[in-house]
Amino acid sequence: MADRILKSISTRGLKNAVRGSEYKKEALISYGLLIAGYIVLQLGAVSGLIGRNLQGQFVPICVYISLAISLNLVVGISGELSLGHAGFMAVGCFSGVLVARVVGLHLGFEPAVVLIAMFFGAVMAALAGFVIGIPILGLRGDYLAIVTLAFGEIIVNLMNVIYFGFDGNGHLKFAFNHPIEGIEDNDRIIAGAIGATGTKTMATFTMGLLLCLFTVFVVLNLKNSKQGRAIMSIRDNRIAGESIGLSVRKYKLMAFVTSAALAGMAGALYGLNFSTVAPLKFNFNTSVLILVFVVLGGVGNIWGGIIAAAILTVLPEAFRQFADYRMLTYAVVLILVMIATYNPTIKSRVSAIWAKLKPVKNKDKDKDKPKKAKKAGKEGA
Amino acid sequence: MKLLTNLISGLSLGSVYAIIALGYTMVYGISKMLNFAHGDVIMIGGYMSFVMSVYLGMNAWLALLIAMFVCTCLGILIERLAYRPLRGTGSLAVLITAIGVSYFLQNVALLIWGANPKMFTSLFEGVQPIRLAGGSLTVTAESLFTIAANIIVMIVLTLFVNKTKAGKAMRAVSEDNGAAQLMGINVNQSISLTFAIGSGLAAVAGVLMCSAYPVLTPTTGAMPGIKAFTAAVFGGIGSIPGAMIGGLILGIIEIFARAYVSTELADAIVFACLIIVLLVKPTGLLGKKISEKV
Amino acid sequence: MKKKFTRFAAVAMAGVMAFALASCGGGHPFKKDTLNLGNAGPLTGGAAIYGNAVDRGGQLAVNEINAANPDGVQLAWKAEDDEADPEKSVNAYNTLMDKGLNIFIGTTTSGAGVAVAEKADEDRVFTLTPSASQVAVTEGHDNVFQLCFNDPNQGVAAAQYIMANMKDKKVGIISQQNDYSQGIKEKFVSEFKGEIVAQEVFAKDDEKDFTAQLNAMKDAGADLVFVPIYYTPAANILTQANKMGYAPTFFGVDGMDGILTAENFDASLAEGVMLLTPFVASANEEATQKFVKAYVDAYGEEPNQFAADAYDCVYAVYNAFNQTGLEATADTAEICEAMIKVFTGGFTASGVTGAEMKWNATGQVDKTPKACVIENGVYVQK
Repeated sequence: MADRILKSISTRGLKNAVRGSEYKKEALISYGLLIAGYIVLQLGAVSGLIGRNLQGQFVPICVYISLAISLNLVVGISGELSLGHAGFMAVGCFSGVLVARVVGLHLGFEPAVVLIAMFFGAVMAALAGFVIGIPILGLRGDYLAIVTLAFGEIIVNLMNVIYFGFDGNGHLKFAFNHPIEGIEDNDRIIAGAIGATGTKTMATFTMGLLLCLFTVFVVLNLKNSKQGRAIMSIRDNRIAGESIGLSVRKYKLMAFVTSAALAGMAGALYGLNFSTVAPLKFNFNTSVLILVFVVLGGVGNIWGGIIAAAILTVLPEAFRQFADYRMLTYAVVLILVMIATYNPTIKSRVSAIWAKLKPVKNKDKDKDKPKKAKKAGKEGA
Repeated sequence: MKLLTNLISGLSLGSVYAIIALGYTMVYGISKMLNFAHGDVIMIGGYMSFVMSVYLGMNAWLALLIAMFVCTCLGILIERLAYRPLRGTGSLAVLITAIGVSYFLQNVALLIWGANPKMFTSLFEGVQPIRLAGGSLTVTAESLFTIAANIIVMIVLTLFVNKTKAGKAMRAVSEDNGAAQLMGINVNQSISLTFAIGSGLAAVAGVLMCSAYPVLTPTTGAMPGIKAFTAAVFGGIGSIPGAMIGGLILGIIEIFARAYVSTELADAIVFACLIIVLLVKPTGLLGKKISEKV
Repeated sequence: MKKKFTRFAAVAMAGVMAFALASCGGGHPFKKDTLNLGNAGPLTGGAAIYGNAVDRGGQLAVNEINAANPDGVQLAWKAEDDEADPEKSVNAYNTLMDKGLNIFIGTTTSGAGVAVAEKADEDRVFTLTPSASQVAVTEGHDNVFQLCFNDPNQGVAAAQYIMANMKDKKVGIISQQNDYSQGIKEKFVSEFKGEIVAQEVFAKDDEKDFTAQLNAMKDAGADLVFVPIYYTPAANILTQANKMGYAPTFFGVDGMDGILTAENFDASLAEGVMLLTPFVASANEEATQKFVKAYVDAYGEEPNQFAADAYDCVYAVYNAFNQTGLEATADTAEICEAMIKVFTGGFTASGVTGAEMKWNATGQVDKTPKACVIENGVYVQK
């Protein structure tokens, strides 16, 4: 009964109830995209059609896809703006690297080490998410956004003063706010602002795919569970949600912590893909980058996020031929794409074209606003 | 004595944050968007003033006026080209566009002026700092003027928003965009005007910031932009006196955290203070309480 | 559903557009019959100044060599942007590999250097980095060499110099929370036997206010402040110390070099600043003067140490390559093994950052830093 009320509160939930196939469709497209992408890229790499530049990005692409999906859980499904997602990635990254280094001493089978590291990264990031989430989730809108930004910066700052390493006897040593004394450079694992260093790179594309599939699995299942509908109904109408006895804090926390855990997993895989990662990597800019993926892919849209993350990760690389104008071009493209995807005039125009191409499916959608043909033509060209 | 020294440093830094935050809060108040490109408009203001005064040998104050003019135009242009097409599509889309604009401005500056830092000539070049208590306390002309500028800007803005027709129109748009439109207020004009004022202020902030901290690079505005945004939230975003108070307090906290706790953890402490304030007062120090209608 | 398709269509369209645009970009300097030298460094972002200097220094040397030996091995130079980020740096390196890289003139920055060194080792690409100074860059990689001093080397050299020449000074340290600065600081602290009265840090490249750090130095009575940082924040520190009326001896390392090239910089602020640097633009040596003149002619600004390092890298690699007797068309891995033999077999290189530079098997360079003091706006060697 309660579930039914939830469905009726949440507009999207209602849609789901009416058109149950929506979930299957979204899952099918998401999994399909990931697996098809994996196969195509692997074939391209094996056959030599895909250059080293793109091959080198396989794992980062997977990591960013996973981050985009997990952030979507907070931004799209829970409806809160988070500007500190990279902080959870950082927690996962450094704890994952640490565990991989320690476990790697005893375990030779690399995929198992990676899995353990990812698991541990997820646990630590979830813990961080829990600790952060409890006090702040009562805040609203932009105030919550600024607090997540603040936590992201705090995490980076703390990572700058944390030191881990092995002493001469192979014991793990920890120091806060000062380097560990008398330790060989080789035996450092995490060295404050220098970051994780001397990491054995173990991440593989297959691991990346598994990470993405797992992330999609968790997010889609949560979205379509009773809890997910509760989360979405609180997003759509907090007061109505409260009035039927939903604990706003509990459900927001659920989304936040799950999202943090998934980001931690992705962070661990990221850390194991490079022999060194510095805390500075996880600053505000990276948080924003992930947010860009989410917004461009469509808030709440899982497979849109997959495509946006993949394209936007590769894009700056594709612009290398512009030499000095590379990042400028990237900025211009970002602005234009945002306008092209969100501007109501252009949007209605594109969908009108779409409707012509697919007249049967979209026959009830002819309520487009008046068009400024000239403007749309200019910007859409 | 040490306390006083740090307090003065904190006020100097805080006054720079405050004047940036004033621009931030203006724009936020009316358009409800987090304009992350604001810090980069400040940087452009700094460069314009540098070009005018150093390359063209202009008087520093005249250079400031020209920088204000350029930034005002830039602000209007950015709003018209990048933000207006997305009006009414939710704050997220505009936020991302603002970030795109921020990248854009940084990279334009990099292409035009290069990465090598430029040393800004202070507005008060040659004015000796006031030394008190036998030289152990130093008050610079830059920080005195920045604080004065803050107070003036705050008063003028408050009067403008409350007393003039254009200002009232702005408040109306800020309160309820749709209703304002129904009352015959030209919403586009009001928003353009806000961006013009905010960006003109950004030029002032850029020149004052670079006068106090003279190293000018294409990324000069990024970090102060975020800090000033924090300051604006701290004081209650949308509130003009709040922005100023938030900026000053943030500057003092930052310097005190470094001086009395640890330079290693200063950033963490500053942001932790922000979080605590928001937990106690969820809309900032002077922010309006938002009542919820069912 | 329509909304999503619309968005997807727009994103895809923009993507296709962008790729179409990108694919008609300019030509690439790497050719089959040239010896292709590549570098990955920050050409955009906060550290762009260092990457651009390396790009220009390297390009200048390549142009000189090609013009002087039209019949010899022709070199090609390309620097790719990595924003000083290990992830992007690996991408930049892979791009160079796609284009036919023969010899890698390293990454410009350290963190990126560590990440790429591992890949270069796997691929067997000979690497001589101009300025990635962390130990971990060369450690465990027999094909990676450094032309700059490494961080401990600088920290130790600075500590020894201060102990030998200014041992009565009370030392304070202001360092930055990044790999470069912390690497040097840690070694300095463990090597230095004198009195360190205060240690402070700052976080970001564009940090504004240093009064708290400077006050701490002043209160602790430090009369020598060791600043193992880059010169952009150092310029702010010098200005603020001056305003406070605090005038200790500031002692920098190679990152401090370039402070006089900052546009409109009031050189009187840097009066008395000491630094250990391999390169002095105002030195009287003929090679240095020739390099500085050529650089100023080409780019309209004085070269800093990063440019000089890159310039020397190209010459060292060119001379060593001629000793291998290989053709430019040789296999990259083959070049790598031959170059390693030359570099570890008593090869010496002389250039603007040092005479008779030699390398040991771990890839570290043996040269002595010059201690300089800034007097009247020029470096004076001590």
